[in-house]
Amino acid sequence: MSGPSTYEPKTGIERWLDTRLPIVRFMYDTALDFPTPKNLNYWWTFGGILALMLGIQIATGIVLAMHYVPHVDYAFASVERIMRDVNYGWLIRYMHANGASMFFLAVYLHMIRNLYYGSYKAPREVLWILGCLIYLAMMATGFIGYVLPWGQMSFHGAVVITNLFGALPIIGPPITTWLWGGFAVDNATLNRFFSLHYLLPFVIAGLVILHIWALHVPGNNNPTGVNVKSKADTVPFHPYYTVKDGFAIAVFLLLFGAFVFYNPNVLGHADNYIPANPLVTPAHIVPEWYFLPFYAILRAVPDKLGGVLLMFGAIATLFVLPWLDTSKVRSMRYRPTAKWYFWIFIAAALVLGYCGGQLPDNPIIGAPSGLMLFDADINSMVWLSRVATLYFFAYFWIILPVLGLTETPLPVPEGISEPVLSHPATTPSGAAASPEKRG
Amino acid sequence: MLRKAIALAVLGLALVAGPAAANTEGYELRHPKWTFTGPFGKFDAAQLQRGYKVYREVCAACHAMDLMYFRNLGQASGPFYDAEYKNPNDNPYVKSLAKDMQVPDIDSETGDVIQRPATPADRFPKPFPNEAAARASNGGAAPPDLSVIAKAREGGPDYIYSILTGYLAPPAGLQMTATQHYNAYMAGDLAPYWKGQGHAPKGGFIAMPPPLAPDKVTFDDGTKSTIEQQAEDVTAFLAWAAEPKQTERKQFGLGAMIYLLIFTVILYFSYRRVWRNVAH
Repeated sequence: MSGPSTYEPKTGIERWLDTRLPIVRFMYDTALDFPTPKNLNYWWTFGGILALMLGIQIATGIVLAMHYVPHVDYAFASVERIMRDVNYGWLIRYMHANGASMFFLAVYLHMIRNLYYGSYKAPREVLWILGCLIYLAMMATGFIGYVLPWGQMSFHGAVVITNLFGALPIIGPPITTWLWGGFAVDNATLNRFFSLHYLLPFVIAGLVILHIWALHVPGNNNPTGVNVKSKADTVPFHPYYTVKDGFAIAVFLLLFGAFVFYNPNVLGHADNYIPANPLVTPAHIVPEWYFLPFYAILRAVPDKLGGVLLMFGAIATLFVLPWLDTSKVRSMRYRPTAKWYFWIFIAAALVLGYCGGQLPDNPIIGAPSGLMLFDADINSMVWLSRVATLYFFAYFWIILPVLGLTETPLPVPEGISEPVLSHPATTPSGAAASPEKRG
Repeated sequence: MLRKAIALAVLGLALVAGPAAANTEGYELRHPKWTFTGPFGKFDAAQLQRGYKVYREVCAACHAMDLMYFRNLGQASGPFYDAEYKNPNDNPYVKSLAKDMQVPDIDSETGDVIQRPATPADRFPKPFPNEAAARASNGGAAPPDLSVIAKAREGGPDYIYSILTGYLAPPAGLQMTATQHYNAYMAGDLAPYWKGQGHAPKGGFIAMPPPLAPDKVTFDDGTKSTIEQQAEDVTAFLAWAAEPKQTERKQFGLGAMIYLLIFTVILYFSYRRVWRNVAH
């Protein structure tokens, strides 16, 4: 897909620059002329949305860092000062706090798109792994960022999560001490977390550049999962996808705005507006919503080390997914059985998210049954998490490998222009479009 | 096969969920009609002024508001905002409110610790010099700072209002201690103190004695000073103090959302036009 460049320098300065540093040619080829399958649906708009969210997080974050004080005695008050006394500080801070949630929402939808349409399969394995690395870096950044306001959830969340590393044998306790910069979560921890929270977004930005590079070699997958055969299957990225992504971004910003302007604290936790107090532990420590499925997996295992390993195993599984799925057919559109298992997987992930926000002993429905299975009532969140966790892993390690070999897929179209198109052209003149001309 | 299994699972779940017993939760919070909720909500200045008076004359005896400055009272959408004084530090009403209070300072000539009348640039003075003193004076429970209390409790203003009006007579059979007070909306488990029949009552113990009483505060605008009125007004004041830029946020948001909506519509029609000749 990354064929010969079609860029023609038009002005003198462009010709001069093109023989020295062909940056305009590079930008033209990657952002304007890039041939993109013409059948991409709205699930393909989250890449653009994510790029914008990263930009928003970095821009608002840089301004917040100008006013934030990374010290246990002043951090909480400095965040409130931003909200009260800094010009438009409330806007910048609420954009940053809710932006993290929107970023994760978009990344989850982006990943669901990948899982459904098989975008992780050859030749896009490296593209997928880079995406997993971005997700991992996002999780680290999101967690560390939640610690910075130094409220009750910040502090006790930091204690819980950093202590997870302590479960590892031998190396665990030294790693924890090293992360803390002392023997407890304290000022040294807050200082290094601030430093890392400023560093990691730029690591993400670097990974995003590699991610886009890795996208531009094989080109986009598409809803049929069938390879692009000819130029007739594609349209140039600009204006076709700049306008489609632009529309999707605007819709997404409306949702973002609804949170920032009208429900800025609904995704957070009230306890985080209580200044951190190591001597008072909140009744119910919960992470941000985007970590809840992993929190449920962690708590599903009665053994601490086992829980930690399983939780990290859930993320590690994603990295090897391209080699677990044995099906030659990419898109679930043509995999009638796999489609069902896929939706159950989505349901299991949502159930895990729900369980992560509940107390482990809460009954699923009604009152506890009084029937104990091993260590917990069978009508409890723990057992629901266990069932969902089992399915989470079974989907990747058993269902996808076996199903690829046993399932009979539906007939796959020859090319992406062949299947019945959902939006036929309004003029029957064919695919050669020239939107710049009035028609 | 799989489809049948899913259908069976859904049916099974429906059968089990049907006779599910109602769970015992706390009382539902009381919900007065606030002027400041919803996308177009605004604070009522008269209510904020009454609320400030309740805070100053009742709450401030024990509760600090360390993030608040007197100047905040005169800023846009604050209780004593006057369009004539864009800079709240010049607002004469705010100046006189500040001057009524004494704040600690250091005499620059002698270095002695002194008390002087506050200015709009000063923080609200704290009732206790430190947390230990606050604890010692309040039966071991330090009164929390109220600056962001409306954001720091689940339920927000409804919760504060419910607590303030929730000092019901303790149910007969509840063992009371000298320093605890029964409140119907306080979180807690009363089972260990319950000597009556059946389940322990909802609610919990709170260290704060009932703070409000009829006519405890005289409102300058002649509003009848009931417990409910005082609670509603002080809650509105605390909600404003927790987020003094709330009105600005909603006004700015309205413009931003209208702009985004127009932008979205334009982009949608651009999209339709650009793609009109491409089957996809």
